[in-house]
Amino acid sequence: MKEPLVKRIWLFYYDGFRSMTLGKTLWLIIAIKLFIMFFILKLFFFRSELGVYSSQEEKSEHVIKNLINPK
Amino acid sequence: MLLASLLGLSRLQFALTAMFHWLFVPLTIGLGFIIAIMETYYVRTGNEFWKRTTKFWMKIFAINFAIGVATGIILEFQFGTNWSNYSWFVGDIFGAPLAIEGIFAFFLETTFFAIMFFGWNKVSKNVHLLSTWLVAFGTVLSALWILVANAWMQYPVGMEFNPDTARNEMVDFWAVALSPIALNKFIHTVTNCFVVAAVAVTGISSWYLLKKREEEFARKSIRIASVFGLISLIVLIWSGDGSAYHVAKKQPMKLAAMEGLYRSQNGTPIVAFGILNPKKSISRLERDSLGFALQEPYLFNISIPKGLSLLVDRKSNTFVPGIEDIIQGGYTYINDLGEEVVALPVRERMKRGRIAIEALANYHKAKEVGDDHGKELSLIALKENFSHFGYGYIEKQTDIVPNVPLTFYAFRIMVILGGFFILLFSLAIYLERKGIIYKTRWFLVLSIISIPLVYICTQAGWIVAEVGRQPWTIQDLLTTGASLSGVSASSVMTTTIMFFVLFSVLLAAELTILFKVIHKGPAQ
Repeated sequence: MKEPLVKRIWLFYYDGFRSMTLGKTLWLIIAIKLFIMFFILKLFFFRSELGVYSSQEEKSEHVIKNLINPK
Repeated sequence: MLLASLLGLSRLQFALTAMFHWLFVPLTIGLGFIIAIMETYYVRTGNEFWKRTTKFWMKIFAINFAIGVATGIILEFQFGTNWSNYSWFVGDIFGAPLAIEGIFAFFLETTFFAIMFFGWNKVSKNVHLLSTWLVAFGTVLSALWILVANAWMQYPVGMEFNPDTARNEMVDFWAVALSPIALNKFIHTVTNCFVVAAVAVTGISSWYLLKKREEEFARKSIRIASVFGLISLIVLIWSGDGSAYHVAKKQPMKLAAMEGLYRSQNGTPIVAFGILNPKKSISRLERDSLGFALQEPYLFNISIPKGLSLLVDRKSNTFVPGIEDIIQGGYTYINDLGEEVVALPVRERMKRGRIAIEALANYHKAKEVGDDHGKELSLIALKENFSHFGYGYIEKQTDIVPNVPLTFYAFRIMVILGGFFILLFSLAIYLERKGIIYKTRWFLVLSIISIPLVYICTQAGWIVAEVGRQPWTIQDLLTTGASLSGVSASSVMTTTIMFFVLFSVLLAAELTILFKVIHKGPAQ
């Protein structure tokens, strides 16, 4: 009897990942890279300047002020 | 000094991260198609040789993809942190194409990516082949939307500026997606990616022939790559011609910088090769107009008479304005509506730009006090002068001139190397068909050297596009200076150093893994 589709898809990915050789190294690199990007760089060094404002109105006011009073 | 300033550091950071990202993207896009072609051979012939060959190049593809993936996200981080005025000002123009790219194209790639790598013995040959082609097309679809966004920066269309929110709102999606700049840029960039991959495959295969290894694999890989590369180059040149045509119409200052053209004439020549006169610098234009005018633009040049007029307008006598012509205005050109108009001097555009900025300020003042009539008047003034909005931030006329030497030389590097690759692929096809490529040592060495050269070529192309666009983030509407956030220069310096370290490590990892895989060769 054929297994359910969801299970077959799951097994496809599971077997595929398990049998990887070079792929495991590449995935490790991807995981480390993404961790550094999203949990270190983004969190601590790349905060959005407009992210301090909670509403769209406040954000637009901030930008309008910059646009009409150029540095 | 520009580099020490916030503007200089922010530009440097964006340029370096974009260039780093661009080390990986072309090979991913181009190799995807070369792999698909090779696998098509396998499915049609049933010859296991082609399966082995395909699987080897898929490994190279996977390594490049893995290292390169998400490096573009760093650019998006910078939009929010370093360029918040810009990222707000562009509104949903940028957001929509990037969102489509993320949702549609990326998921297409990653879904069929799994079948490509895991599905060799699990799905039928035809399903696997279809997946490989869909991954290849997925990478191109990703590129399409990013390039649509970039094309809008060069030629902003299909939007209306909302003075209440200070955002550009997309009113015509198809005008943005199908703008002539977007379509041309897409074809030019994607075919450039095909050429990069073709050179890489030819170069790596040549290494095997030099080492007297994997002869059949190398010869046949070169055969496919060189034909693919040559066809792509023909389309690339055709689209490059189209680029020049559009740049002349929409970004004349970029074209003037590409040519080192200061003062023009009817029937403008094109510089095939030249060395710029360093004394003909823009700073001298400000200080000493007479002395500047006496300086020749080139120390040495080989020009083709009327070449630039023919390139940009298909007519031999067209006046293609130079840098000084654009600053001073007064020459006639054909606008988007086909009308002959007289170019405004930059001084006048600066005046209108200031009117537009003042109108925006007055609009908000009137809005605050509930002055509807004042709002209406301000809105009229803003709309009338909005096309010059960015000029309101220009302090002196020469600020609208991009870095001429960088644009000029980058353009020539790109074109000369492009010509070289035509020769390379033609030779590869000839030598391979004659059956003597494996013993033509000088050609094999040249092919290997061509790998870094093609990366220099492709980066040079982006330098022309993006440095030539300065000082604009959005052509005529917003300068790089006005696009900046209030982040500190030291913070930008810190993150630039962090990127440099992170990206250097990633690049070193990729090259190490790549060299190991190449050294090992195709699996038996």
